[in-house]
Amino acid sequence: MYPTELRYSKEHEWAKVEGNRVRVGITQFAADRLSDVVYVELPKVGSQVAFMQPFGVVESVKAVSDLYAPVSGKVAEINEALAQKPEVINTDPYGQAWMIVVEPTDLGELGQLLDAGAYAALVGEP
Amino acid sequence: MVPFGGWEMPVQYSGIMEEHRAVRTCAGLFDVSHMGEIDLAGPGALPLVQRLVTNDVGRLAVGQALYTPMCTDAGGIIDDLLVYRMGDEHLMLVVNAANTAEDLAWIRDHAGGDTRIADRTADTALLALQGPRAQEILQRLTATPLSEIRYFCFTPGVDVAGRAVLVSRTGYTGEDGFELYVDAGHAVQLWSAILETGRGSGALPAGLGARDTLRLEAGLLLHGSDMDQSVSPMEVGLAWTVKLAKGEFCGAPVLRRQKAQGVSRRLVGFALRERTIARHGFPIRQDGETVGRVTSGSFGPTVRRSIGLGLVSPGHAEPGEPLAVEIRGRGIEGTIAKLPFYTRPQASAG
Repeated sequence: MYPTELRYSKEHEWAKVEGNRVRVGITQFAADRLSDVVYVELPKVGSQVAFMQPFGVVESVKAVSDLYAPVSGKVAEINEALAQKPEVINTDPYGQAWMIVVEPTDLGELGQLLDAGAYAALVGEP
Repeated sequence: MVPFGGWEMPVQYSGIMEEHRAVRTCAGLFDVSHMGEIDLAGPGALPLVQRLVTNDVGRLAVGQALYTPMCTDAGGIIDDLLVYRMGDEHLMLVVNAANTAEDLAWIRDHAGGDTRIADRTADTALLALQGPRAQEILQRLTATPLSEIRYFCFTPGVDVAGRAVLVSRTGYTGEDGFELYVDAGHAVQLWSAILETGRGSGALPAGLGARDTLRLEAGLLLHGSDMDQSVSPMEVGLAWTVKLAKGEFCGAPVLRRQKAQGVSRRLVGFALRERTIARHGFPIRQDGETVGRVTSGSFGPTVRRSIGLGLVSPGHAEPGEPLAVEIRGRGIEGTIAKLPFYTRPQASAG
């Protein structure tokens, strides 16, 4: 089951609206497919991200995957703790493992994301 | 499950890190039945193998095994394998899955009529129980005292959980442990019996992912990544397996020359400052110049570093020297490391 208060991209990122900012991470589905995450590359605070363009990388022994921005905007915060403990992505993907907070240029882009039900259907869960 | 050398193999059961840790602290059980087993019998068997491999099988006692590369006439490594001396005129070669067909063809091409060659791969399952508690766990399933099977020795026909098993104290993880050869038809029961008794003690099934992180930490090479027919044993730290005094064998003239004149590239270990992973083929640079390429790389869960192996020009290849690996356009700094990255704690013999 996927948290219903979040919106989801087809590339397995989640977006959480917090007032006029959006917090971003990856879903349990993506984390499970990667298996144990060992490394995350995040953009610098202040840099721009563009809707569904890569903003970073998440890496496990098995694979390297691009991270895609679910909204366009400016990076206001990055989760520095992930550099020390990237493995929380596997254990707490929606909480401690948030990756960036974005000041979005157009909240309307969220309308292009999936809700929890549609995302669950996308990844083949009931 | 992924395709691997013509077989379907599990990358992981519960998770690579967890399986790796289980092997280092307790035990992990691997299904490595994809490995090839080639049976050689007859008066020509020992001389044939002696001519084909670099190590000296003439010194192998019955019940003993050794590790060796097998080279082309140009000194390139066709495969690396174990040779088991089953009897005076009976040897078993255990080869990499991806090379089984090629190894068989090479052996057959060089064999005379005085050697019977059989591919036993399809009939033979191989399970590896590896870790500091492997012996304790396996001992629950057999009356044969396992402590009497010494490193690189084996006993055929051991009753393990009611099945006849060739028990060999060998492995690919850097831990103590056993490799268990059994008729393919009995593999599932043996697997289940080991896990049934082992799980309560912390043993876990382990897949290819952990197999790779474990062997890399132990400084063990993987054919197809670290070596292939384009490199010789002298270039990849396997000069110790090349016994030039034993007589002629495939590749000996080239290896003799390399021993005398040195080699133009060397396999080294390295550890990176960041946790990002160096992958096969990534460039290695020193002082801005490309000096070689990564052959294997991963994250070592026990040493908690990103580690790897690479083939580099010999100039600045000593442990402690700096290097950089280009990963996704960035030069990630690191240092050349002495191998192995990990050595198991030496306990008193049990």
